[in-house]
Amino acid sequence: MTDNPTPSATTTAAATTTAAAATGAAAATDVVHLTAAATAAAIAAGELSAVEATQAALDRIAKVDDTIHAFLHVDAEGALAAARSVDERRAAGERLGPLAGVPLALKDVLTARGMPTTCGSRILEGWHAPYDATVVSRLRAADVVLLGKVNMDEFAMGSSTENSAYGPTRNPWDTTRIPGGSSGGSAAAVAALEAPLAIGTDTGGSIRQPAAVCGLVGVKPTYGGVSRYGLVAFSSSLDQAGPLARTVTDAALLHAAIAGHDPLDSTSVDVPVPAVVAAAGRRDIRGVRVGVVRELAGDGYDPGVEAAFTAAVETLTALGAEVVEVSCPHFTYALPAYYLIAPSECSSNLARFDAMRFGLRIGDDGQAGAEEVMSRTREAGFGPEVKRRIILGTYALSSGYYDAYYGQAQKVRTLISRDFSAAFEQVDVLVSPTTPTPAFPLGAKVDDPVAMYLSDLCTIPSNLAGGPAMSLPAGLVDGLPVGIQIMAPPFADDRLYLVGGALEEALDARRGHPLLDEAPAL
Amino acid sequence: MGITRDEVAHLARLSRMSVTDDELDALAPQLEAILSAVARVSEVAAADIPPTSHAVPLTNVFRPDVARPSLPAAEALAGAPATEDGRFRVPRILDPDE
Repeated sequence: MTDNPTPSATTTAAATTTAAAATGAAAATDVVHLTAAATAAAIAAGELSAVEATQAALDRIAKVDDTIHAFLHVDAEGALAAARSVDERRAAGERLGPLAGVPLALKDVLTARGMPTTCGSRILEGWHAPYDATVVSRLRAADVVLLGKVNMDEFAMGSSTENSAYGPTRNPWDTTRIPGGSSGGSAAAVAALEAPLAIGTDTGGSIRQPAAVCGLVGVKPTYGGVSRYGLVAFSSSLDQAGPLARTVTDAALLHAAIAGHDPLDSTSVDVPVPAVVAAAGRRDIRGVRVGVVRELAGDGYDPGVEAAFTAAVETLTALGAEVVEVSCPHFTYALPAYYLIAPSECSSNLARFDAMRFGLRIGDDGQAGAEEVMSRTREAGFGPEVKRRIILGTYALSSGYYDAYYGQAQKVRTLISRDFSAAFEQVDVLVSPTTPTPAFPLGAKVDDPVAMYLSDLCTIPSNLAGGPAMSLPAGLVDGLPVGIQIMAPPFADDRLYLVGGALEEALDARRGHPLLDEAPAL
Repeated sequence: MGITRDEVAHLARLSRMSVTDDELDALAPQLEAILSAVARVSEVAAADIPPTSHAVPLTNVFRPDVARPSLPAAEALAGAPATEDGRFRVPRILDPDE
């Protein structure tokens, strides 16, 4: 690891509740407002115990999660045991990591020993993975406290968390609206102050879109930067795990904790982890070249989203960045290409749910054959969106249609990568809105898959080309948060944090406080 | 290019997924709408554009061929729907009439 993360409570806790507020009485309501960096700093300084921080999160979950429904599984016992271990080792004088004792919500698509892994699906109801995902083993090694598993669209397919077999999660800013998806539980948990940090996964925008509509920072790292071992595969060439947090520095600390080469994932790339924590703290973007993507604007974009985005771009200019407009002509084909590539890979990946080795089995009466049991189990175990995508992918990969659909989509993927390469010859980062609209009402798009898919319009290009991208809060539109997306070339993840850290500081200063402080009380 | 109810039923069979008549009624028009929205991929990519299957230029990643500990059988079987004699127990895979 090239990073030497030394969280500074003075810059990271900024206008929100500072570590100092956690001293003495340490009222639970104050503790849950702390950033991850401030929580860790308070624990390291002995002003707060890891057990207190964990109990405050558990109390908050008990108070608000009936309304929000972010959590599918709360492991109070395991979390408190991990927290006690942190406190004991701190008392013994052990030097702890920069996130030691900080509670975290884990998307239920990553395996963790001792907890169920459902992927939001009936087909895995009650299944306990016998091993930890590499992301999870790294979190445990960093002494991060795992609170439990959070809700998601089934197998990460969706943009609203309404495709979960266990019921939808609600947006803490407006509980009649979606929290985004597929990492909607991760985003809602952090926005509702149930945890300062969450892990999400992003195949077409599933970290960034929920972060945007819940007013958070969310990062899809470079493909190959974070191990996929133990991440239940949806679309293997696109899936990537990453952080959701309330500040850019918190996201950087979590990113640094989970990133790095893993021999257990053959697509993990053996290069040094970009110095994301240092970049987040630099706060100087004079001379950084920023490209506004011409194609990610216009028709279909909410005027409020465009206004908040434009204001954020003007702030970048005011901070000394050199802002130009850049054209990426093939980005308009990213969405159609994605909705051929991702279902094709999903139809292959989800073949493993065959009722033979794990999960649900329906109709095994001693007479029925394996194929009949398989068909009945998959009928009962998968929800409508998963079925749609399996059938769509099977179609796109069929002989006779392969060249016209999957083959063409792979060529579009090449063209999109070339657009990025050409753009990054002119600029250091690209920017766009994260989503075309703020959070929509629950139920508004469940029966219209094509309308739902448009949520990912701006986020998909980075998945197809593999580069990293961040969403951070740009402002509010009618009381609902919207995000600005920053995109960088593969393995230049530090540029996201450099630009994001400076922009966050300037936007918070103008507002007088972090955006999340404006969220209604739950 | 249309997609018929019969084609959807065929694709569901290929996917080893039973579907009800109601599901077929809903799926056929939805898949039709999705396919017409994604068909635009054929507009841009010329024959000389190479396909990209993967964003990272890695091929044939090998590890050293050395034995290492694996999951104990009992743990590997712990989540199975049915087991027998330390193995996965599965429904019959051959048709008795064949």
